[in-house]
Formats: sequence, structure tokens, C-alpha cells
Amino acid sequence: MPFRFTRSPIDGERLRRSLADPACGGFAAFEGWVRDHNEGAAVRRLEYEAFEALGVKEGERILAEALARFGVTRIACEHRLGELAVGEIAVWVGASAAHRDEAFRAARYVIDEVKHRLPIWKKEHYLNGDSGWVNCERCAAPDAAEPHARHRHD
Amino acid sequence: MSRRALTVQYYALLREQAGRREEALESTAATAAELYAELRQRHAFTLPPELLRVAINSEFADWTSTLREGDTVVFIPPVAGG
Repeated sequence: MPFRFTRSPIDGERLRRSLADPACGGFAAFEGWVRDHNEGAAVRRLEYEAFEALGVKEGERILAEALARFGVTRIACEHRLGELAVGEIAVWVGASAAHRDEAFRAARYVIDEVKHRLPIWKKEHYLNGDSGWVNCERCAAPDAAEPHARHRHD
Repeated sequence: MSRRALTVQYYALLREQAGRREEALESTAATAAELYAELRQRHAFTLPPELLRVAINSEFADWTSTLREGDTVVFIPPVAGG
């Protein structure tokens, strides 16, 4: 079950074809796109960085869990690294299965776990020239009395 | 106290604050928690350890894990994949 990082644009069509299987009656995919705003700030571009050695291992564990838990036939996930422009695909998850329910549930499981568990960091570059590491800057402020309250997990 | 040769790799905000991707050092820190305290002071890291995870030799580890000669340690800031 392949999980991989890539520095090139993600080709969703190629990934979709790689999951085709005559035993499958359904396929579900999720694409995460670079959005032009976050928490009220206009975003110009993004930069993703990963601890790849650990990220690949943990990514493969997540895919194995989804296979075992939901009984899908095939599953794949790719995460982009480096500089991305608004509208580009940051992450792609797909699953094919005998029936639609397993495919939907497996894809949802993988994207949720990827967001919480993989050592990947996102730096946003804003239209006004500022930049910041998402989830890191404000919670690191010396006067942050309740760091967890400011932690976004969506 | 014995000193151990360790490698520390930095990512994201910690990489920027340390001004490097990696450093080789000798430390008397017995655990990952002690090592972060030492390095936080040296590099003025803003992230408190409660917000970090730690990996030793490319696997998630406990903060109380005992460090061994030659270990590679990575402190993992709050993640933001997807």
C-alpha cells in the first residue's frame, strides 16, 4: 500500500488508475487543495516540509490500518512537499473497494490520520508579506496562557 | 555524568530558530526531555516541550527514553499536513 511524498505536482488521474481493480465496484478519493485564505489572512502560497523517513513509515502504517479496518481492496496516498501555489493539490487519498461505503470510510480515515499523525509542517506566506508555520507560531508566544486553546486541528 | 555523541535534526520552526538542519553534539542529557531543555536554552526555542513529540532513530519515542551513544533525535513541532 503505497504512501509517498512528492515534490512534483500530484497527478490524481494516474493515482486513480492505479487503484482500478475488476473486483471493485466503487472508488472514493479526497484531494486537499491550497486555499487562498486561512483564519482571515489572504494566503499567496504555501510551503510544506516533512520528516520523510518517519513520515513514510507512519503513512504506510495508516494505510495498513485502513485496509485492515475497512476491508478496502486498494488504497494510496500522496503528499506534496516544497512550494505550492493556490489551487494546487497538497494531498491525495483514494480507496477502491467492492462497495462504496468501505471506500468512503477508508478515505476519510486516512486523511484524518494523516493530518494528525504525519510529521509534516506547513508555512503560509501571506499577501501582506508575513509568513508563519501553521499551528506553531501563536501557540509558541511567550504570553500564550492556554496554548492548547489556540491549537487548530481541522 | 557521561557524555554521549548525538545527532539532532531540525524541521520547520525549530530549523529556523536553530539556524541549521542538523547538528552533531556531545551531551550529558540522559533523556530526550533533558536534551530538549538543553537545546531550548541554547537556541532560544519558543515551543514548550508539551507541544512537541520526539523521535529517536526515525521512530516516535517517549520523552523519558534513555539516549544512547550515536542516537539521532528529532523534536517534532505541532504538525499541519493535509
